[in-house]
Amino acid sequence: MSAISVHDLTRRFGDFVAVDRLTFEVREGEIFGFLGSNGAGKSTAIRMMCGLLKPSGGTATVGGIDVGRDPEGVKRRIGYMSQRFSLYERLTVDQNIRFFAGIYGLRRDRLETRRRFVLEMSGLQSREHVRAADLAGGWRQRLGLGCAILHEPPIVFLDEPTGGVDPVSRREFWRLIDGLSARGVTVLVTTHYLDEAEHCHRVAIIHGGRLAALGTTAELKRAFHGRTIIEVHAGRPVDAMRLLDDMPDVEKTSVFGTAVHAVVSMKPGEAARTIRERLEGGGVAVTRLGPVEPSLEDVFLDVAERATQ
Amino acid sequence: MRTTNGMKALAVARKELRQIVRDRRTLVILLVLPVFFLLLYGYALNWDIRHVRIAVDDRDHSAESRSLVSAFVNSGYFDLAAAADDRTIRTLLDRSEVRAILIIPSGLGRAVRTARPIAVQVLLNGDNANTATTVMSYALTIVRSESARYQPTAAQPLVSVEPRIWYNPELRSTLFLVPGLIAYITMITAVVSTALSIVREKERGTMEQVRMAPIDAGPFVVGKTIPYFAISLVSALGIVIAAMALFGMPMRGSWLVLLLALSLFLIGALGIGLFISSVADTQQVAFQAAMLASFLPTFMLSGFIFPISSMPPFLQVVTYAVPARYFLRALRAIVLKGTGIETVWQDLAALVGFGLAVLTLAAVRLRRQWS
Repeated sequence: MSAISVHDLTRRFGDFVAVDRLTFEVREGEIFGFLGSNGAGKSTAIRMMCGLLKPSGGTATVGGIDVGRDPEGVKRRIGYMSQRFSLYERLTVDQNIRFFAGIYGLRRDRLETRRRFVLEMSGLQSREHVRAADLAGGWRQRLGLGCAILHEPPIVFLDEPTGGVDPVSRREFWRLIDGLSARGVTVLVTTHYLDEAEHCHRVAIIHGGRLAALGTTAELKRAFHGRTIIEVHAGRPVDAMRLLDDMPDVEKTSVFGTAVHAVVSMKPGEAARTIRERLEGGGVAVTRLGPVEPSLEDVFLDVAERATQ
Repeated sequence: MRTTNGMKALAVARKELRQIVRDRRTLVILLVLPVFFLLLYGYALNWDIRHVRIAVDDRDHSAESRSLVSAFVNSGYFDLAAAADDRTIRTLLDRSEVRAILIIPSGLGRAVRTARPIAVQVLLNGDNANTATTVMSYALTIVRSESARYQPTAAQPLVSVEPRIWYNPELRSTLFLVPGLIAYITMITAVVSTALSIVREKERGTMEQVRMAPIDAGPFVVGKTIPYFAISLVSALGIVIAAMALFGMPMRGSWLVLLLALSLFLIGALGIGLFISSVADTQQVAFQAAMLASFLPTFMLSGFIFPISSMPPFLQVVTYAVPARYFLRALRAIVLKGTGIETVWQDLAALVGFGLAVLTLAAVRLRRQWS
């Protein structure tokens, strides 16, 4: 059975369609990534799945429960942590944990074991009595996650959990997410860090409120099948780009650092040869040129672009 | 289900109390500011007038005229500041060197001894109408009692008025004002602190996190208001005790009834605070709305300073929606008159009605936002 099942989920704000007929399934124990630029509709979709926001149309079934019918039932089965997860800054680590345990209705015996688990998980054992305001961003994020899963929910929603956190803490945080998944917890996580998407079992790319692509990262990269990305290092990248854009077989070009990426609808060998001939014929000195594996960024930009058209 | 709701409300209350205790600003607003307000208003808002500077133009120079002057001075209300004559009268008043001038015509002594009516003149500076009225009534009283000394047996006017004032025999305005201050201060602190406490959670995003937990709006709101209710009650009792110690406010009635009246009034105030928090999204807006909703009606429309009976009819109707109106009447009755529940129950019932109405309104709005 799927942990999350979403069908034609739609949310309108006035004339603006924030989420447009979203349909997908998330398997139990899966880490499911929601990828999309700011304002793509990721948070709106999550808030509907959590029962925080009423859908304008469609259904979402979370943990076997229809969110539209029983949002409270869903709330008991999920953990939720948002990009601006807010602990009570004036309270200590311990007091925060106890408060959230209280509103989740944890009984005393369970509270003690869960409290110890969260402290251990977040590595805050020796800092129980530190005020949340005095914790660094990474610790705070981990404590936030801990508070969100005090009641051991089988499904966890994380809305940009690592926003504004340093790379080391981000990696640490993802270790926690992997740990949850290993214990069978389903995790739906949004991010706009593309490197984080590589941690996900499957990724959904959301663009303009719609599902633009869905699959494992490897599958998404294979969507480039039949086309090739040629990376060009040239002396005059701007001229190179202009020449490339004029070629009928080049779908599009984009700048990657000092290099230019051209998406070509040809086999790799043929594409490299054609492009080199065209550039050198046009008087642009090519330093290095060859086919590259599409990165997730290539995929993301490509998907976004096609979805816009 | 009921017990878990209670436990959840308790968890919220415990958290809120810890936050308040750690938040100096809120603590000061709740506990120190009220007494400070009381001192400020209590000493500044005072209509009793003493030590009025007076000049005397005695054109009689008799034993009787000197007796009249000393009656003025000995009353304690007047300080003899200067002697006046025809030429200085105007300048004394113009330069505000004195507030009143007593002019005793020549022939006062003779008139009194022969039992002929005679008038003395009192010139008053009317630039402050309130003060002038009060000073005039002082002067009238003194002159009247002086004149009574000379004709104790003489034919009295057919109708004589002998005013006697109850509850506040000296008509000290403090006794009238302090109950109003108690209502005013309690209202402001309770409304502001409740409104801010919920809007703060909205602003910081903790509200969203709490809404994700399986907790209803009901237990959350109840849990959040319990600490403010308790602290506001303590604070209000503090003001009552400070008013008794500092301004000699009597406490003639039952403490139990007072506690009941205070609690009912506070519930209404908390309801207003909750309602504001359901409308406002930022602390700034909430603060302004809370001040407006508590400060203005309680100050202007409760009978605190301006008597309701002398307001235009449509404003009188508005005052029915001001909880301080009922609380103030009950408070004055309990504190000054010492009357029991049998005379204040109507006001208390009105407070209950107001509390229920505003709490329902707030609950409906908050619940709608919750899901």
